[in-house]
Amino acid sequence: MKVVRAVVTILGLLVLWQAVVWVSGAPPYLLPGPVETLSVLVARAGFIAGHAGVTLAEILMGLALGTTLGVSSAIVIALFRPARRWLLPILVTSQAIPVFAIAPLLVLWLGYGMASKVGMATLIIFFPVASSFLDGLRRTDPRWIDLAHTMTGDPKARPLAVLLHVRMPAAMPALASGLRVAAAVAPIGAVVGEWVGSGAGLGYLMLQANARVQIDLMFAALITLAALAVALYFTVDFVLRKAIPWQPDTLPHTDS
Amino acid sequence: MTDTTAAGRTGMPTDVVVDSVSLAFDSSPLFEDFSAVYPGGQTTCLLGPSGIGKSTLLRAMAGLVPLNGGTIRDSTGRPLAGRIAYMDQSDLLLPWLTARDNVALGTRLRGERPDRAAADRLLARVGLTGHETKRPAALSGGMRQRVALARTLMEDRPIVLMDEPFSAVDALTRFRLQDLACDVLADRTVVMVTHDPQEALRLGHRLFVLTGSPARLDESPVPAAPTPRAPTRGDFPARYRDLMSRLGADETGVNA
Repeated sequence: MKVVRAVVTILGLLVLWQAVVWVSGAPPYLLPGPVETLSVLVARAGFIAGHAGVTLAEILMGLALGTTLGVSSAIVIALFRPARRWLLPILVTSQAIPVFAIAPLLVLWLGYGMASKVGMATLIIFFPVASSFLDGLRRTDPRWIDLAHTMTGDPKARPLAVLLHVRMPAAMPALASGLRVAAAVAPIGAVVGEWVGSGAGLGYLMLQANARVQIDLMFAALITLAALAVALYFTVDFVLRKAIPWQPDTLPHTDS
Repeated sequence: MTDTTAAGRTGMPTDVVVDSVSLAFDSSPLFEDFSAVYPGGQTTCLLGPSGIGKSTLLRAMAGLVPLNGGTIRDSTGRPLAGRIAYMDQSDLLLPWLTARDNVALGTRLRGERPDRAAADRLLARVGLTGHETKRPAALSGGMRQRVALARTLMEDRPIVLMDEPFSAVDALTRFRLQDLACDVLADRTVVMVTHDPQEALRLGHRLFVLTGSPARLDESPVPAAPTPRAPTRGDFPARYRDLMSRLGADETGVNA
């Protein structure tokens, strides 16, 4: 049923796309139809896949790095009072700076290679992961914490054990929300980085194709990017659902 | 610390001595210069209208609420920390842990080696053989409360504090759980807060009604039979009427 729905949706979008091409009468060099785009996609599959591989690698590295940094910052902030006072305002302020605005700086500092794109993706992922996980760590059911304290014998005893065995597992559903957002925005970070300056990747390919009025190639790259982003999101979502089986989904038919 | 634990294990009952304690909830005083002794190795039931401070008193004994004055210690003057097991009206099972791991939670939090065999033995004692690897979501309310009881036993503390432990289950399950609790908690010092006069009369060696603000204790006689008592035998019905009128009189007193 899920597969049927997906196929129907994709076919519907393709038909709509073709209809817009027909109705508007736009020339193929401005708005290529689905058939032209798909034929370019097939004809230059290897070429596009190479660039897609670069972008995917940047996204995955950004996800890994951003998640690691976000999770560890949340733990440090949750565990140490001074960290809460000093780091939390910095964490919030950091979001006031648009990541897109510092993209040129990142390229300048980290070069035209993958590092600046991984950096962009990391920056854009860091905040949703850190803030959602921190929220989860703060909102542990106080009765669980009380129970843990009667077990350790003293509210101040063994804070690390309480964090590890109670607070962190309890915060997993919140962290999962952050990771879903991260999976959705990570491609944006990587592609913006590629736009600012790069020699490879789907963002680079789209920019080059655009400049040379190879709009069919640009569309092919765009579709590849969209497919990549959607596949990434659903993979992350699937893994998270499997990893947190105790979290009941009270809206089982909305996004599964 | 070690000798007190040893005392608990060898069956030396520990009195709970509440000495001129003052307690407040949201800055309204609940207890002023309140003193009571809960005898070692016996079950003391506390009844009283909602909001009188029964649960707060219990939480103060568990070290979860700071005292505004006075002490809560054993009869030799030692503090109770580390010798208390606490059982709430909700089971407080961690949803990501199996029944067995929930029972062994305390050992994990203290950094000891979780004794799976001991956890399984206690689960068997509360009649849950075959359910060791199930998560709480797969168990009924009564079964979850049995797991919570096994977890309380796993702590192996001489003092057990129970806050309406069986109020969330149906009447028949509650009746069975009372019999079970009476059996497995024999020889420990149990202080049980309850709203259920029948439960108090079935399980209590001593029975107190909390009245007034700031609260004071009013002892109500218990039936002569050994616990757990059958609600229809001997002087149980008469004691039940006593207690009901005592509780009813309190309510008119509060309203007046």
